[in-house]
Amino acid sequence: MTTGVPMISFENVDKFYGDFHALKDVTISVREGERMVICGPSGSGKSTLIRCINGLEFHNSGTLTVDGIEVYEGSKDILNLRQEVGMVFQQFNLFPHLTVLENLMIGPMKVRKTPRAEAEATARKYLDRVHIPEQAAKYPSALSGGQQQRVAIARSLCMESRIMLFDEPTSALDPEMINEVLDVMVELAETGMTMVVVTHEMGFARKVADTMVFMEDGRIVEVSPPEQFFTNPSSERCRMFLEQILEH
Amino acid sequence: MTVAPDSYAPRGRPLPQPARATQVINSVTFSVALYALIIGVITYGAYTGAQAMGYNWQWYRVPQYFYSVTEDGFQWGEIVIGLMKTLQLSATAFAFALVLGLVVALLRLSGLIICTAVAIGFLELIRNIPLLVLLYLFYYVLGPIFGFDRYTASILCLGVFHSVLISEIFRAGIEAVARGQWEAATSIGMSRGQAYRYIILPQSIRFMLPPMTGEVVHMVKSSAIVSVIAVAELTTIGRNIISDTYMSFEIWFTIAAVYMVVTLILSVGVSFMEKRYAVAQ
Ligand SMILES: Nc1ncnc2c1ncn2[C@@H]1O[C@H](COP(=O)(O)OP(=O)(O)OP(=O)(O)O)[C@@H](O)[C@H]1O
Ligand SMILES: [Mg+2]
Repeated sequence: MTTGVPMISFENVDKFYGDFHALKDVTISVREGERMVICGPSGSGKSTLIRCINGLEFHNSGTLTVDGIEVYEGSKDILNLRQEVGMVFQQFNLFPHLTVLENLMIGPMKVRKTPRAEAEATARKYLDRVHIPEQAAKYPSALSGGQQQRVAIARSLCMESRIMLFDEPTSALDPEMINEVLDVMVELAETGMTMVVVTHEMGFARKVADTMVFMEDGRIVEVSPPEQFFTNPSSERCRMFLEQILEH
Repeated sequence: MTVAPDSYAPRGRPLPQPARATQVINSVTFSVALYALIIGVITYGAYTGAQAMGYNWQWYRVPQYFYSVTEDGFQWGEIVIGLMKTLQLSATAFAFALVLGLVVALLRLSGLIICTAVAIGFLELIRNIPLLVLLYLFYYVLGPIFGFDRYTASILCLGVFHSVLISEIFRAGIEAVARGQWEAATSIGMSRGQAYRYIILPQSIRFMLPPMTGEVVHMVKSSAIVSVIAVAELTTIGRNIISDTYMSFEIWFTIAAVYMVVTLILSVGVSFMEKRYAVAQ
């Protein structure tokens, strides 16, 4: 279901935190409708890579283009770009002073200047989509972790984003809540959304990924379709990593 | 089988109890008694000391400075009028200090070197001048230059002095909001200004309210200093009454009590607000 148009493209991108070289000569692209799953050991630069896409971090050299817009620090288009790119965080990051419904409405109303009634209709639609319409009036602190993460997904969807980024969306959840979040993500994948997901949930990856990426030490080590990635990865490091996480 | 709660006897061994003396010392009754005793001793000491000096107590002359009823009807006394002036002065200066403090805090946090430098320069300048000297600067130097009167000089001086403390409260409150909130606001396309307004500041109020109460109380108390340039607020009124009547003990006790009552009411009021705000979260 992917088309040939590249939505995200990294060309020879480097990123430093002070002296620390966090992304090393990264070249990779994501087509429209493609689902990419990124894995790799802690500290390998997965979060850094994904956070560069919506300008939460800025790269230092090379070219990064997202939806036709070049991303760089100080770009006037960056606020527009962020409306097109939704992000879901490990720690949910819901707004605790707003109700669930208000969490979903504030972006459209303040950023897109959508009228209240329309924003509320959209919010309710996406709360339905993540299967918690009955939680609309509650504050986030009254929800379970899985419910909070589903609200966070709905919050991004309310911006009618064309790309969704997920940074370890289930790592902070109790085991029994992981599936309710993954299910929502699978459903989202079925709508044809362009998705970049950092996760170690390999069951999910097998089900939805078009492309698997393995990173280590700031480099992209392996890019391959899931069949090949799981059965016959070309790099030794990648195979060892997979053995480790599939073992337990 | 169910056991009625009143017939329930724990099977486990009772826990060891603190010593009897500890229990007494920790009791509320003991604290209150001790407090009353200390206050009593101090009052008695002051009273007998004053007697020994031959001080002529004239408490009966004090109420007229709160209110009087004459053939013209009911009238507020000088102390009440002075208190109103103090409250008006403090409230205006506080409003000014809030705005200036927020601006300084945002400059400081802007991440732009020039803005941060301006903010830090201002903070260090004001922080290192005694309040009294600052007041003289505003009244005797800036006043004549820019042509403002003693009341305006007082407001500006108090406002500037407190804006420094308030900007630190804002800064701490803003920094106490989790970093993830910035990221979430940014990732839905909010600008820095929108993120502050809709996401960060509303959350930081919770962290700022308690120290802000302290600042309100502090402002009311430090406003007394403008009596040195003869602004007609509570402390100045007290001085005037004494120079007319020589009742310095009664009037200073009374003025101190008035300040105390006002600041206590403010503290209680704000802690009530805090509770309601906490519930609303
Ligand atoms: N703001 C920062 N300042 C300095 N160093 C950072 C910063 N953010 C990340 N790093 C460093 O960059 C490296 C890559 O971090 P990153 O968060 O991208 O890794 P990751 O692959 O997401 O790891 P994890 O699985 O633990 O989330 C790490 O060594 C980290 O210490
Ligand atoms: Mg990470």
